[in-house]
Amino acid sequence: MIERTATIASTVGLHARPASIFAEAAGAIDAEVTIARAGDPVDEAVDADSMLALMSLGVEHGEVVVLRTGDDTAGEALDALVTILETNHDA
Amino acid sequence: MHSFVGVGVFRGRVIGPVRHMPPALAEPPVGERLEGSTAPETAAAALKSAGATVKELLQERASRAEGAGKEVLEATALMATDPMLIKAAIKLVNTGTSAERAIWEAGEAVADTLKGLGGYMAERSHDVLDVRSRIVAVLRGVPAPEIPDFAEPFILVAEDLAPADTATLDPSKVIALVTAGGGPQSHTAIIARNLGLPAVVAAAGVTGIADGTQVFVDGATGVVSTDPGAAEHAAVAEWQEKASLLSVFDGSGRLADGTLIPLLANVGGAKDAQEAAAANAQGVGLLRTEFCFLGNSTEPGHADQVAAYKGVFDAFPGKKVVVRTLDAGADKPLPFLTDATEPNPALGVRGYRTDLTTPGVLARQLAAIADAAASSSAEVWVMAPMVSTAAEAADFAALCTAAGLRVPGVMVEVPSAALTARHILDHVEFASLGTNDLTQYAMAADRQLGPLAALNDPWQPAVLALVQATVEGAVSQVKHSASLETTSPKPVGVCGEAAADPALAVVLAGLGVSTLSMTQRALPAVAAVLRTVTLPQARALADRAVAAASAAEARELVRAGLPALAELGL
Repeated sequence: MIERTATIASTVGLHARPASIFAEAAGAIDAEVTIARAGDPVDEAVDADSMLALMSLGVEHGEVVVLRTGDDTAGEALDALVTILETNHDA
Repeated sequence: MHSFVGVGVFRGRVIGPVRHMPPALAEPPVGERLEGSTAPETAAAALKSAGATVKELLQERASRAEGAGKEVLEATALMATDPMLIKAAIKLVNTGTSAERAIWEAGEAVADTLKGLGGYMAERSHDVLDVRSRIVAVLRGVPAPEIPDFAEPFILVAEDLAPADTATLDPSKVIALVTAGGGPQSHTAIIARNLGLPAVVAAAGVTGIADGTQVFVDGATGVVSTDPGAAEHAAVAEWQEKASLLSVFDGSGRLADGTLIPLLANVGGAKDAQEAAAANAQGVGLLRTEFCFLGNSTEPGHADQVAAYKGVFDAFPGKKVVVRTLDAGADKPLPFLTDATEPNPALGVRGYRTDLTTPGVLARQLAAIADAAASSSAEVWVMAPMVSTAAEAADFAALCTAAGLRVPGVMVEVPSAALTARHILDHVEFASLGTNDLTQYAMAADRQLGPLAALNDPWQPAVLALVQATVEGAVSQVKHSASLETTSPKPVGVCGEAAADPALAVVLAGLGVSTLSMTQRALPAVAAVLRTVTLPQARALADRAVAAASAAEARELVRAGLPALAELGL
């Protein structure tokens, strides 16, 4: 399993447009990716390709999240997702 | 021919085919199971395919929309195939629940979670419920609950219309609105007046008219008739002739004896303001500043606000523009200002009161208004909504002074403000009656509730008495004023829907209201009727209305004294 952490850059948090951009990107890659707040138990992670799940997490600007996948070949894909989270889509 | 009689809320006579707003979708029954012959896998596939259909439809709409509406539609489209929603529904299908019930429950659970998060998320919960309804509609093979799409213009008939229903209403397609429920202050009535569409509300039985039937609608008398004959066609032709007479306002509001009653416009942005100026409005009596804020998850910056206000001011060089500061709360929630979980939002932290819980937003708005005013030649006045006490008026005036704004005022919407206008006007320079909220608070009747429509009527003598009390407060204030120079009372205007009713406009003028502000479409009719009465006649009619035993009696007494209404077909 591989993991990446990212700090939410969008000023509105991981809601609305930032959430839909991220969910679409996560849905487009082959590996199954989950997302959780840093420090939260692994079983509270949600599907990264679900905008509704992302919105339900209620992650705000500046919070740190963890991306995980069981697919050890998906490192580059995870890096791309981190870039999306660390871009301010609400600017 | 069969006739139905409701309450006419916007004048105009038309003939056209009836198209029904599909009824709200019925909830799939609790515990509804898959039919015996349907395998869970088949139902799950149908569910996925219905979600994809809805996604495609919403994406197609998004491609035709612009701005904030486009983004909302794009996000809503994604919800229709969202893995969390669909997985939760399929889990239920696998336990034998019907696909319709499964998506219903899964959508409910997601919406509840979002509601619990409050603010922006709580607003999105409506989108989840909308997507859920659309998926159920596809599964059932029935039309989604939305305005039908036909090439030929039609008369839209519904039980009642909600803001979400009318957001996509195209006035070139819909030529009249008819509802079985609702009242004169309902959302349907407000939309009809804004769009200038003939409309009849509370016309029981109209939902039974067959789709496509030709009907005649008279928005003045409230009559809706099927299979119109020669008389109805003649009435439409006659209306079209009169409508051209009533289509222009010459820019001078006055009574028959020359008493000036300036007629101003209610606007919600620069485009409205330009239309109002083109319609010869004598200024802006109510600039709703929410347009700058709604749809924003954060407070707009100073430069954005200055540009937005200046766009309005520049449409009225040298004329009065009354700016209402942000009126968030109740039916206009804003994530960064209002608490969506209040049990009684209409009685909650809304309007001026948000300055208590989130200080700073108002001061920054006033600074932006002052900067915009300084760079334009409009005569800018500012007023706070939902002021209840003289102390609040004094605090607001102090904020205005600090921002460099010279003419502070208050909205009178709360009965306490009407009854203590004498003290409130010690601190501010003018008052403006917001009759919609004043009526709902005086009668303790929610504006949006059809069953309370009769209570929610600005003709209620209690409401007229509060208007009278406000004007008397202004007279009393000037008498008690320490300044010997001032001899005339501070101005009291009206900027609610009541000002757009020509008969009620006469009553308001008779009660001593000095300016009337309304949707620009109402200016010609109000001006035409005001010009048929003198001030003493208007006063006599106002006295009769205030002394009436009921709203209906007040309206009848005044209409009987205004023959011009019938002559103009109003």
